[in-house]
Amino acid sequence: MTRRHLVTALLVLAVVALFALPLLLDGGTSDYAGTDAAVTEELEAGGYTPWFESVFSPAGEVESGLFALQAALGGGVLGYVLGRLRGRRATAARPGAERADDA
Amino acid sequence: MHIAEGFLPAGHAVGWTVAAAPFVVHGARAVVREVRENPESTLLLGAAGAFTFVLSAIKLPSVTGSSSHPTGTGPGAILFRPPVMALLGTVVLLFQALLLAHGGLTTLGANAVAFAVVGPWAGYGAYRLSRAAGGGLLPGVFAGVAVADLATYVTTSLQLALAFPDATGGLAGALVKFLGVFALTQVPLAIGEGLLGVLLFRVLTVNARPELERLGLLRPAATEQPTEEAR
Repeated sequence: MTRRHLVTALLVLAVVALFALPLLLDGGTSDYAGTDAAVTEELEAGGYTPWFESVFSPAGEVESGLFALQAALGGGVLGYVLGRLRGRRATAARPGAERADDA
Repeated sequence: MHIAEGFLPAGHAVGWTVAAAPFVVHGARAVVREVRENPESTLLLGAAGAFTFVLSAIKLPSVTGSSSHPTGTGPGAILFRPPVMALLGTVVLLFQALLLAHGGLTTLGANAVAFAVVGPWAGYGAYRLSRAAGGGLLPGVFAGVAVADLATYVTTSLQLALAFPDATGGLAGALVKFLGVFALTQVPLAIGEGLLGVLLFRVLTVNARPELERLGLLRPAATEQPTEEAR
């Protein structure tokens, strides 16, 4: 394993640990409510009534599906771009293929 | 950081919308100009938009026992300067306001100022500061991406404090209260997002070196472009 791969693996591990540790440490006592919702609840408890409703409010399951769709769209495009960039470099590395990506 | 639909008094909603509008229009122009003048930027612009699309869709747990989402606006601001993110970030917010009941149309302006204007500019500033202090690309990226995330939530807290000053503590009291909800939870998320930004740029420095050199993020290396030197 080269040093570069080791650094990549450690970075990934650090990201995973950063979000997995809170889950493990608290032993399932927290419900991880969203901060956005926490604020609206607090404002409503303080007597504020929202004066406009969302134009479209999906049901819980549909909402998580749409969130997944948003992440999938982003992940798909990101993967496509990184794949193309990598493929371009692989092509350019072959002799006689420089002109293919001459922008 | 999404202030929910209808949760800002009408005056504030209008004010933030008016404040956000010129940034978004300017951002749209910046995107069009970038694509027209440098068509080869399109791929990386797509990557910058995609990064914020993914990250803002994912709620992550934090040590405070609540969850929140990262913003993903830092890499685009570092690559293409912040105006570009004013448009891309607002597109994300509009998607979430219309389809996910997350954020809202009346609060779109305020959310755009926090997410698509202040976050990217603060992140870009942190990146430039880090580079000016002699830091390399990746430390700069870490600082920029993490600060863009955190600054967005600080801005949201300020916007809420302005709209809902505390009965006893006033503006400062309300700010402390909202920062207590948002900022603390966000710290580990911002660090994680910074690390993800570093991972992304590690891939880009290898595979998109010509673009990073053209955008001024990396100094041209003679060994990487032998054709230029040979002439």
